[in-house]
Amino acid sequence: MEPTTRIQREARPESMLLNMGPSHPAMHGTIRVMLELDAERILSAEVEVGYLHRGFEKTCENKTWFNLLPYTDRLNYVSPLINNLGYAMTMEKMLGLTVPERAQLIRVLMGEMSRVSDHLTCLAAMAMECGAFTVFLYMMKAREFLWEAIEFTAGARMTTSYIRIGGVRADLHPDWRGAVATAVKETRKVLKDVSGLLDGNSIFLGRTRDVGILSKEDALSYGWTGPCLRSTGIPYDVRKAHPYLLYDRLDFEVPVGDRGDNYDRYSVRMREMEQSLRLLEQISALIPDMAPLAGGPAVEPAEAIRRSRRQRVEGPVALSPNLEGSEMDRLAGLMAAGGVGVPPKESTYTTMEGLISHFLFFMDGKGIRPPKGDVYFSVEGGNGEVGFYIVSDGTDRPYRLHLRAPCFHIVAALEQLVRGRLVADVIPTFGSMNMIGGELDR
Amino acid sequence: MGPETLIEEIRAGLGDAVESVSDSHGDPVIAVKADSVRPVLAALRGAPFDYAVLLDLTCVDFAAGEGRLELVYHLYSLSRNVRLRINASVPAADPAVASLVGLWKNADWLEREVFDMFGVRFDGHPYLRRLLTYEGFEGHPLLKTYPWRLAQPRIPLKDDE
Amino acid sequence: MSGFDYLTTRLETAIGWGRKFSLFQYPFITACCGMEYMSAACAHFDMDRFGAGLTRFSPRQADLLLVVGTVTHKLAPVLRTVYDQMIEPKWVIAFGACAVSGGIYQNYAVVQGIDRIVPVDVYIPGCPPRPETVLDGLMKLQDKIQEQPQDWRWGRKP
Repeated sequence: MEPTTRIQREARPESMLLNMGPSHPAMHGTIRVMLELDAERILSAEVEVGYLHRGFEKTCENKTWFNLLPYTDRLNYVSPLINNLGYAMTMEKMLGLTVPERAQLIRVLMGEMSRVSDHLTCLAAMAMECGAFTVFLYMMKAREFLWEAIEFTAGARMTTSYIRIGGVRADLHPDWRGAVATAVKETRKVLKDVSGLLDGNSIFLGRTRDVGILSKEDALSYGWTGPCLRSTGIPYDVRKAHPYLLYDRLDFEVPVGDRGDNYDRYSVRMREMEQSLRLLEQISALIPDMAPLAGGPAVEPAEAIRRSRRQRVEGPVALSPNLEGSEMDRLAGLMAAGGVGVPPKESTYTTMEGLISHFLFFMDGKGIRPPKGDVYFSVEGGNGEVGFYIVSDGTDRPYRLHLRAPCFHIVAALEQLVRGRLVADVIPTFGSMNMIGGELDR
Repeated sequence: MGPETLIEEIRAGLGDAVESVSDSHGDPVIAVKADSVRPVLAALRGAPFDYAVLLDLTCVDFAAGEGRLELVYHLYSLSRNVRLRINASVPAADPAVASLVGLWKNADWLEREVFDMFGVRFDGHPYLRRLLTYEGFEGHPLLKTYPWRLAQPRIPLKDDE
Repeated sequence: MSGFDYLTTRLETAIGWGRKFSLFQYPFITACCGMEYMSAACAHFDMDRFGAGLTRFSPRQADLLLVVGTVTHKLAPVLRTVYDQMIEPKWVIAFGACAVSGGIYQNYAVVQGIDRIVPVDVYIPGCPPRPETVLDGLMKLQDKIQEQPQDWRWGRKP
């Protein structure tokens, strides 16, 4: 039968045990919350996690540095590009690489779009569980525009593996400005509508105001970071405290709450989305348009392949700038030097040396070789400080790769937050925490 | 406050408990003995160091080469905006260290995870049990001796081999 | 008795039509594919226009078990229990590469495909599958339901 849990051992005989999960409607994935109840009041709670433990850290010890990138996408799967970014920047710190400026600008753009989709998903789910289904539909609509903008460039809506060690995979799509501008405009409209629906709504306020309060001291003791910590009033944001990429040059504020209740977590996320949209506009203005290809008129791809059978093709090939094959000229702006990125397809498909260097990059036993040692680096994810602790022993795969998951610490506080409250308070409290199973359980 | 002065301050404040000091790509790292982990971290948490946040606790398995497991603690000081990494080695044969429950509230789950994945015992933990794997799972997955693909199904699975 | 057979086949078609356009789903959501499930269910790629919009969060009231995302060994008994609680006729869709075959995870923690636990009707590959793929899979399931012999005499297994 079911193994006994702490709450089963310690529960009073007159109370009722209620089990929520691991498969339950609150669409946060799989987590099991066991409540000891006295009528509707919660006497104590126990949270059981690990139902999505997919062996990420063990798997990374068996994959090469480059090949484990798709696994990082699936950690915090609502903002996958930020996890890619965290891993890539940790490796760059270890290897001592400098990323070119254009790649940094593109990274900030993608990171902020991911952050907005993270907050949209979190608040949509939270509102839906409180009964506001319209908010869910509106926010999903805004998310579609953002994902379309990401898909133009990265090729995939969600798990893209676009941000790589040393830079980014490819340049932006030629129509990226329109896509990003539409996404920003639609998201602003949705945020205004949602604000009107929820900010003064007495039902929503009744369920979230003064519910799930955590004090500043407790939040720090639990290791909270990100929007949840900022809702208690502490303005800690990794982008401001330890600036990375170009965040020290950009103008944005860090919103804080005052009480640390569910409503503050909701409101901090709403204001953060507005700040991220401001950042998107600033970055869009900063990214220069792509210079036209140098070296003569562009050759059509089929023609280039046909010609390459006789001799190396000189001159540019007419492809969209974000597809494979248009990399050679743009590589200096997108990828750091040092052989950490995939070799450009022009040389792979047209020269023998290029083909060999392509194989040598991907094969087991070859590829990136960082020096021995350990490194820790963190970025500001949707939930807080996403840290990567990597130990290398000089071979082609990590010796140990550990993710500092922000929502691990946030969910650890759930037992304290719901004690003494009603059963119905569990839902908005848990929803405002933004628990993402891939990150929590790794 | 630069990392050099920070390290000097820590050395001065903690004395012999600090075994060695190093630098990892610009981040300060100190090594302490396993039995002084709790006093050192309690001292770091208080004034004047003021490391209010236990960011992370993890472990690295060096059992094969060096016969030890290395616990890695990451601390963060909000007031001074600096991070610190603390390493402590425990013997692989019988890994045990004092628990930090009582100092930081997230130590509970962090230690349960390290116990689950590596088998390190935390003395003083109120209820040390597995967190990410399940009761009945034998072995500790992140140890190098645990085979990567050794699954332990809980219900009979239909194999189509 | 060809007349009687004609009537029963017409009735079976009608029941099949009714069943395929009123699927009550139980979304057993675990991981990243849940995000694409949300997209497929929302306004842009509406699943409701196929009749499959109502999610019933109790297995007793559902007839389509949508296993979305990775199933780990820790979760496997739960999935089996949910499947056993559903009432015939029931269908299972394996949504996403992890549910189909374990996906990119082949290690100690992940079940290599939910067809080791429950019988699956339609497999939707992708990591995660685009919402259009999801709708395609749903339509394949609807074709399958239509062609299945429908049990309109209670008690006989379909």
